Amino acid sequence: MNTKNAIQVENLTKTFGAFTAVNNISFHVGKGEVFGFLGANGAGKTTAMKMLIGILKPSSGNALVANFDIATQADSVKKSIGYMSQRFSLYNDLTIKENITFFGGIYGLNKADIKTKTHALIDDLGLHDEANKLVGALPLGWKQKVAFSVSLLHDPQIIFLDEPTGGVDPITRRQFWEMIYREADKGKTIFVTTHYMDEAEYCNRVSIMVEGKIEALDTPKNLKTTYNADSMDQVFLKLARNLA
Amino acid sequence: MNIIRYIIQKEFRQIFRNKAMLPIIFIMPLIQLIILSNAASFEVKNIKFGYIDNDRTSSSRELIENFNASTYFNVLTDFSSSKQAKSAMLNGDVDVVLEIPRHFNRNLIKEKKTDLSVTINAIDGAAAGVENVYVNQIVERFNANTKVQLIQLGTAGVQPQIIDTIPLFWYNETLNYKTFMVPGILVLLVTMITLFLSGMNVVREKEIGTLEQINVTPIKKHQFIIGKLFPFLILGLLLLTVGLIIAKILFHIPIVGSIFLMYGYTVIYILVILGIGLFISNFTDTQQQAMFIAWFFMVIFILMSGLFTPVESMPQWAQILTEANPIKYFVQVMRMVMLKGAGFSDILPQFAKTLLYAFAMNGLAVMSYKKFT
Repeated sequence: MNTKNAIQVENLTKTFGAFTAVNNISFHVGKGEVFGFLGANGAGKTTAMKMLIGILKPSSGNALVANFDIATQADSVKKSIGYMSQRFSLYNDLTIKENITFFGGIYGLNKADIKTKTHALIDDLGLHDEANKLVGALPLGWKQKVAFSVSLLHDPQIIFLDEPTGGVDPITRRQFWEMIYREADKGKTIFVTTHYMDEAEYCNRVSIMVEGKIEALDTPKNLKTTYNADSMDQVFLKLARNLA
Repeated sequence: MNIIRYIIQKEFRQIFRNKAMLPIIFIMPLIQLIILSNAASFEVKNIKFGYIDNDRTSSSRELIENFNASTYFNVLTDFSSSKQAKSAMLNGDVDVVLEIPRHFNRNLIKEKKTDLSVTINAIDGAAAGVENVYVNQIVERFNANTKVQLIQLGTAGVQPQIIDTIPLFWYNETLNYKTFMVPGILVLLVTMITLFLSGMNVVREKEIGTLEQINVTPIKKHQFIIGKLFPFLILGLLLLTVGLIIAKILFHIPIVGSIFLMYGYTVIYILVILGIGLFISNFTDTQQQAMFIAWFFMVIFILMSGLFTPVESMPQWAQILTEANPIKYFVQVMRMVMLKGAGFSDILPQFAKTLLYAFAMNGLAVMSYKKFT
């Protein structure tokens, strides 16, 4: 199975005892695409994503991420991806600079690289005054922006974002999406889960998961036509309600 | 190698940034060392002593005077009846009651034989045993003196055979309990701090969610674990150093053996403890769980270490269990090297077992740490 796609998923399934969290899903994400991975709470999004980032073993089926098999080449997958989780993933008791040094270091960047990247990141985000402040003291929106930038330090081809804008104000959310688009323009693939349906509109293509299955997958425009809806919000509600 | 360096750097930053944790790591153990070393003593002193003198002769008074002269006994009460003595013992006013019978003096001289009754409060069995020995020593000495006096008076023709023993206490000549306890207590403190810190460290990252972020990086398991454990090894050695300085300056504990040997062994020992701590944190989800499990092992390890009660007097099955007790080996090694000046060949059995233990625990810790579930 070799593919030009960034992510290629075939019949991926995860069961926990009698419960099937992810039920035989198949899809692909093209290189440079912004792919929205939607679903209600408990629909199986996070489980699916954990398998794709190589921290959860699939029960059956397979998937290639950056052309590496997630079950057998997890470490190669991890080198090629960036990940930012819904739970805040930087160290609150370290400063912005120290977090950058640490994550850069464990991705194997050398000292000079870390230095350059630290400067570039702080410049980009305009955080000169905050660079030596503890991350725990920053507002949530800033933390998320820093976390996103940190997940890009090792220049990954694919970036997984698990509800990156949860709890963040609308202005920061817009800025955050601008950052996402900048990376997509550089050719990076973005795989993002969200509960905000307006954000779903920003994606090239969107999949909607309901009870462990992918019920719909298309561009936001086509989805609205298919489900005869004005907004992604309505598409989501129709799908989630009909099957609930 | 570089990756490990970055983890170590981050751990040290976090440890030294945590203003609540630093005193816990350094000040608390030292306070414990100072308090426990002074308090944890098995010496039985200031025994509350009472007597009933039914004889009231020079002999009986001389015997009581012998108790009075002893540093172990506080002669408190002269009871008029055994009933009175009994109620005093019930109230806890007196630990040991000596009853001198009527005609004590007469029997001693005429029949060269008499009885004494000694009653000891044995709620604390160990103390009662020691008190019994002290009482016997004083009575024997009194008896020996009596014999000598009798000879001088010429009433006895035969030379009595009195064998006097002069004990020599090696390695702790003055029988100072602190000399015995301080190395052991130091062992406990180093163990507690390193076990609790390592046991809770990884769990803490699980709780915060940063462990997931680490697991998404290509970092190798052994890199992560070495990077996590190394800072605690350094902290443990630092604690040992401060503890030894206090032992030397404050308690004047002799350090006869090689400091190098002590540190060399301690490094391996701390690795065992860190392996146990990490193993615990791999199987727990919260710091609370990790803390309770760490305590469970800690209590068993301490009470079965031979620090407070000799391993030799434990039942057979318990002695076998202590083979798996790392604290036992550390206490033995510290006492041997510090007080006896033992060399490497003397501590080889403990050294070998601890090394094996370190490999086993850290192997288990690395195996049970799952980046991929």
